[in-house]
Amino acid sequence: MASDPLSDALAVRVRGLRMSYGTRAVLDGVDFDVRVGEVVCLLGPNGAGKTTTIEVLEGFRLRSAGGVEVLGVDPASGDDAWRARVGVVLQSWRDHARWTPRRLLEHLGGYFVPYATAERPRPYAVDWLLDTVGLTDDADRKIGTLSGGRRRRLDVAVGIIGRPEVLFLDEPTAGFDPQARRDFHDLVHRLSDLEGTSILLTTHDLGEAEKLADRILILAGGRIVADGSADALTRQVAAASEVRWTCAGERFVHATAEPTPFVRRLFEQHGDDVADLEVRRASLEDTYIAMVQRYESGSPAAAEFAEVPR
Amino acid sequence: MNATRHAVGQGLRRGWTEFVLSLRSPQDQGFYLFMGLATLAYLWFNRDTEVEGTSLLLPTVALPSILGALVAFGVVIGPAYALAMEREDGTLLRHKALPHGMQGYVTGQLLFHSLGVVPLLLVVLLPGFLLFDGLMSRGAAGWATLLWVLVLGLLATLPLGIILGSVVPNTQKVGTWGMLPVVLITSISGIFYPVQALWGWVQAVAQVFPVYWIGLGMRSAFLPPEAATAELGGSWRTGLVAVVLLGWAVIGVLAAPAVLRRMARRQSGSQVQEAREQALQWVR
Repeated sequence: MASDPLSDALAVRVRGLRMSYGTRAVLDGVDFDVRVGEVVCLLGPNGAGKTTTIEVLEGFRLRSAGGVEVLGVDPASGDDAWRARVGVVLQSWRDHARWTPRRLLEHLGGYFVPYATAERPRPYAVDWLLDTVGLTDDADRKIGTLSGGRRRRLDVAVGIIGRPEVLFLDEPTAGFDPQARRDFHDLVHRLSDLEGTSILLTTHDLGEAEKLADRILILAGGRIVADGSADALTRQVAAASEVRWTCAGERFVHATAEPTPFVRRLFEQHGDDVADLEVRRASLEDTYIAMVQRYESGSPAAAEFAEVPR
Repeated sequence: MNATRHAVGQGLRRGWTEFVLSLRSPQDQGFYLFMGLATLAYLWFNRDTEVEGTSLLLPTVALPSILGALVAFGVVIGPAYALAMEREDGTLLRHKALPHGMQGYVTGQLLFHSLGVVPLLLVVLLPGFLLFDGLMSRGAAGWATLLWVLVLGLLATLPLGIILGSVVPNTQKVGTWGMLPVVLITSISGIFYPVQALWGWVQAVAQVFPVYWIGLGMRSAFLPPEAATAELGGSWRTGLVAVVLLGWAVIGVLAAPAVLRRMARRQSGSQVQEAREQALQWVR
């Protein structure tokens, strides 16, 4: 595998990752890659092992088996120089209530000073960062008095203060209002486009995954059951297209895999009597539900989603 | 640039910042005020009591002992609570995610809790000197003794607090695992009454732990030489004070990093999440 020419351009490489607590297997052979500069969303039902996967990649949890590389290094043995290149935003923080965002960012950023290089100065300037995450007005307030969404912005700022090459975010937008969510999406795009940061994030918000991700992974039952762009995944479960129309004052709904021929036949039959025509392609949400359900019903067909052309 | 040395510098700055923030926090001000008032009230109500076997008044003898106990108590329970809490609120994990972050964090904790002893001493000492006469009978030599006993006492007890904070399963358990033993040991260490009042084997147990020796060292700093007759063996046993405290310091300095590393290795985001959920769940 080491001879794989692609592995040079991989930020994250996971092969056969297994994790069990006692006899309960949480991850059962997870394989995926994150290419350099790519934004990948990890979706999955609660308890599917998203957080566990992220924690293994962050080096905060030891895996039971399998191969994991982040920036070419096994996180379990990653040293401080490796740590300086990795950014982490976790789910739950209540810390540093007496500090202010500015003071905390200045302090934590200081740890990255020895790791600055000519092409990658570290850390970010605090004022720029505060402005980027939209915390300038709250920069000198006590962190303990910030609202949940504001505090989350601070978490994101702390996660990227060291100008990481790989960024892991576990449900970064939980508790964000729509504006904060939009700002966050802009930030992610900026990081991946301008800085070339590779980003792996978990979320429950499928709309977010669709907007942000170059590629979506669906984790269910301890395996990756789908891997592809939002479009490719939706095409895979195309059966869910929905056609609605009215005819002679009556409403109709029909689900079909091939809406185009269906609509043509509809017009052939009824001509101008067809009104209020509406064709709805399956959304990512429909796809997601279908895939997870199909997996959970124990269908062996689950494997067919594993490789999806992009 | 040496990254470890840099992280230690970061930690020192962190400890100082934490100290300044703590002085400004009403919560911590309240703690210092309470400690000061409680101690002074006890001394005030016993201001005319003579200590048996000496011509000294109780405040004169009890104040140095209580200072010793306050140092030991503050420096064991303080870091134990801080560490247990900061494990649960994510402070520790934040540092684990930084290059050399844990070294900085621990340095910060050591400095912060060492500095925290200063206001604790001041709230007792300053009003104490105004209210009572004849507290310090040895002058400059006494203050010098106070200083080295304080430093050795810190070295002996601070690592114990760090170890305690690392091994307790959660913050609520600091009370049972930490507070209880510390209060028990303090109560047999000759702080509020001479250790000779207890059975022989209890005296032996008391002399294993640092609290007794810090108290003894403090008394040797403040009291006139003839007061040594009221101590075990009729002497301040100055050499032994230094040896015992140094011994504890060595044990602590050797054990604490290993315990800390083990605790830090097991830190993860889901653990923080779990602690949060547990803290919200009153009935289990």
